[in-house]
Amino acid sequence: MSFLSPTRRGFLKGTASLAGATALPNLSYADSHSPLTVGFIYVGPKDDFGYNQAHAEGAAAVKAMEGVVVVEEENVAETIDVQKSMESMINFDEAKLLFPTSFGYFDPHVLEVAPNHPDVRFQHAAGLWTEGMPTNVGSYFGYIGMGQYLNGITAGHATTTKKIGFVAAKPIPQVLLNINSFLLGARQVDPEITCQVIFTGEWSMAVKEAEATNALADAGCDVITCHVDGPKVVMETAAGRDCFVCGYHANQAPLAPEKYLTGAEWNWAGVYTDMVQTVLDGGTIDNFVRGGLADGFIKMSPLGPAVSDAARAQFEATKAEIMAGGFSAIKGPLKDNAGNVIAAEGEGFAEDDIALESMDYLVEGVIGSTS
Amino acid sequence: MLPIGALLAGFAVFSLFLLLQGKSPADFFALVFRAGFGTAFSWENTLSRAAPLLLAALCVALPARLGLVVIGGEGAIVLGGVGAGFAGVLLSGAPAGVALPVMLLAAMLIGALWIGAVGALRHYRGVNETIASLLLAYIAIALMNHLVEGPLRDPASLNKPSTAPLGEALRVGTIPGWDVHWGLAFGVVACVLAWILIDKTTWGFAARIAGGNVRAAQVQSLPVGKLILGFTALGGAFAGMAGFFEVAAVHGSANASLAGGYGYTGILIAFLARHNPLAIIPLAILLAGFEASSGLVQRRMDLPDATVLVLQGFVFMAILMSETLYGRFKVFAPERWRTG
Amino acid sequence: METDLGYWIIPLAIIGGAIRVSTPFLFVSLGEALTERSGRINLGLEGTLVFGAMSGYALAYLTGSPWLGVLAAALCGALFGLVHGVICSLPKVNDIAVGIAMMILGMGLAFYFGKPFVQPVAPDLPAIGFGWWSEIPQVRAALEVNVLFLIGAALAVLLWWMLRATRVGLTLRVVGDSTDAARAMGLRPAVIRTCATAVGGAFAGVGGAYLSLYYPGSWNEGISSGQGLMAVALVIFARWNPLACFGAALLFGGAGALGPVLQSVGVSEGYYLFFAAPYVLTLGVLIATSSPTRAMTGAPGELSITK
Repeated sequence: MSFLSPTRRGFLKGTASLAGATALPNLSYADSHSPLTVGFIYVGPKDDFGYNQAHAEGAAAVKAMEGVVVVEEENVAETIDVQKSMESMINFDEAKLLFPTSFGYFDPHVLEVAPNHPDVRFQHAAGLWTEGMPTNVGSYFGYIGMGQYLNGITAGHATTTKKIGFVAAKPIPQVLLNINSFLLGARQVDPEITCQVIFTGEWSMAVKEAEATNALADAGCDVITCHVDGPKVVMETAAGRDCFVCGYHANQAPLAPEKYLTGAEWNWAGVYTDMVQTVLDGGTIDNFVRGGLADGFIKMSPLGPAVSDAARAQFEATKAEIMAGGFSAIKGPLKDNAGNVIAAEGEGFAEDDIALESMDYLVEGVIGSTS
Repeated sequence: MLPIGALLAGFAVFSLFLLLQGKSPADFFALVFRAGFGTAFSWENTLSRAAPLLLAALCVALPARLGLVVIGGEGAIVLGGVGAGFAGVLLSGAPAGVALPVMLLAAMLIGALWIGAVGALRHYRGVNETIASLLLAYIAIALMNHLVEGPLRDPASLNKPSTAPLGEALRVGTIPGWDVHWGLAFGVVACVLAWILIDKTTWGFAARIAGGNVRAAQVQSLPVGKLILGFTALGGAFAGMAGFFEVAAVHGSANASLAGGYGYTGILIAFLARHNPLAIIPLAILLAGFEASSGLVQRRMDLPDATVLVLQGFVFMAILMSETLYGRFKVFAPERWRTG
Repeated sequence: METDLGYWIIPLAIIGGAIRVSTPFLFVSLGEALTERSGRINLGLEGTLVFGAMSGYALAYLTGSPWLGVLAAALCGALFGLVHGVICSLPKVNDIAVGIAMMILGMGLAFYFGKPFVQPVAPDLPAIGFGWWSEIPQVRAALEVNVLFLIGAALAVLLWWMLRATRVGLTLRVVGDSTDAARAMGLRPAVIRTCATAVGGAFAGVGGAYLSLYYPGSWNEGISSGQGLMAVALVIFARWNPLACFGAALLFGGAGALGPVLQSVGVSEGYYLFFAAPYVLTLGVLIATSSPTRAMTGAPGELSITK
């Protein structure tokens, strides 16, 4: 149902020009020969050096496509706000493809709104679409844990204290996989290395992130990475404490050029333009899409000046292995940090193993707990 | 008339602000009107957002009748929501006719205890209610996070730690013919009931006396302690009710999104309404309408999301300043609602 | 090379945290103490703090001088305070409500104008290393003391002395305690309160500049997590005494360090509850030190919030 009656549209344009508006705003995009309207919704600001910026860079690439109009909203809470934002884009902008990008938008908000709008496609980042959910909903994500594994390799070479640190938001599977991958990467260099994790409990809370970073440095960690929405504070604080840093979500090298080893970045531009092209061509996007380094879903920041030649060599070799496909970072013999067996000798979870998306443990060598 | 004049004055100042940015006020207000109030969808959008605000504002307005400035309604909302969510998990097999009232009562009871504790601390220990309620709000949010990520977490809630999802039967639906959940109707009824309590009952009269002058109230042997406990607890119960609707009507489980800031927005609405429960209704709708329009303003005019916040700031300042004009003209009744 | 300090890092982190985190609380609560002593309450300092953080960062980035940033933040804060003071001087206008509206306005304006300054990196305020005597890097890091913290500490003592022993302080207290008495003495309460609110706003602006220019040291929309609002509440906790404001800010900052540091020594379950330590501790002290019979000793008589 659309409430966009032509009369009302005309009325609004009339008032706007009557009042001598400086520039006539695009009161309806649907006026010209119906380009595809694509909506992006972010939980935080678009320029947070992190999660939202990564998606916004993808949106910017879509904006450059022919026959597409992009509409965006930032700082939309994971409450009724996001339901109404999606419906507003559908009602007022006639959006046909939506990218609500925050984890917490999926259940219940996307699942609630989607059945009422069968002609609109909802593409959600990180959601776990399963059979029985609305078919106009799709979920996509990337194996960014592999990026943290590569981060770990550079960290393993850089650390002298054999202790690396991780500032984490909440103990959810994606975060736990990143922590575990970071340590396991480092342990490819030296199995003695341990990883201290500190949970801040919030996706975005500047002072807590700074305090957590300081606590890690005090505990002797000398390479630090994170999984929070905006890594800017962690990067700057850690570099200020003379620690090396590995980036996450987007490239944070400009924040600490000397101390930045590398970073696990999203590469949404390619993913989003592909998906939008599929819709433009009249095709259907798969309901469940995943991809890794080889598929161009994620990429690594250029290696920093502090990365040694040995580190570079191992980094490139491992990256090539990952690119070849079927790589397992989580493989046996492996226990969690409470002593339970995760994988026996010879067992492993390849990067595309769906079991990894319900991870609820920290591996041996990670100091911290999941609740 | 006066509030409308103030509203227009606020709009005028904001128009100047926009003109200085080279943006058209006419376009802006056309969009705000359209996205907040211009279509059926806009009204659904606005009213859905207004529902929790009505109840959150009552949590401020009721204690304010006794001269108490309670700013921690957010705590009662989040813990009420956790209570409702957990009760729903325990009662997952029970019929909705039993489970929903129990969930609602659980939420209201927890809210009443939480804000009632603020009243009790004030009355029995002389602890300032403003700071106590604020501290308790932060503590409540920490407790909520701990519970939904720890003891009460549904292991199947992967990306967003939550309590177990409520069954379809335990979800509160929408008002027939409208895409607005029942929380709105409960909120409006609660405001009317609160108005009757304050304006039409002996209790409300006693509270107004005690709020004006505690010593006079004591001389008249009014039960000041009971009034304080009763009004704070009732305010908390309404905030808890907001938590119930967030869980049962919006989220389907208790999780960190319960801390949506409604408790803080409620403070502003209550003060703008001068703690008159009936005035809360239009003000909550006005504010919700502004928020509902934020998205369209961002999308169409390329203005940042904070634009609507600036608009609210100017409009509310203008409304508050207009209060100085009350009583200057014969047509306006002398100020009755002042608690400060 | 960091040294393994075992459990000694807990007290060290608390000291370090108190020094790092307390400064915004200190400035806002000192400013608010001054305002409230004059008989007004400005609940809007959260907005002033955020605007101070933005304007300070913006000016520091544009001019290259963090101190010009602090100055800009102070001026903007004073302007916000002045507006609040003037509006509240109108009869029948509720100061609490105006404060809340100013909080929204301040945050709105800060976010509106702050967008272009999220990405650039502005220069930081300098710090003085008081840990030179120690070989242990953690001690050195904990004792990196920012100049603003020292200024804040000195201001606390100065304001305490001013309120007690000077003519200005006495005037402020008279105005705060009784409008009628002040008028009888030939003072102009509205003017004095407006000035006190403006100065209070300037302090809050500086507190914001500390957030964006030193710790955590960047500007974004989530830079303040309610420090301004909490600091206003801390003034009541500190019974309007500037020295007690200093103590309250230290307590709050130090307790805030507990959450992260306990995780780093292996106490990792229930971290949300440890993160709530500052609030629980403050509430505990408040309950222990309050009494129904001598409620709110030291409260200015004209203050709406404690009447």
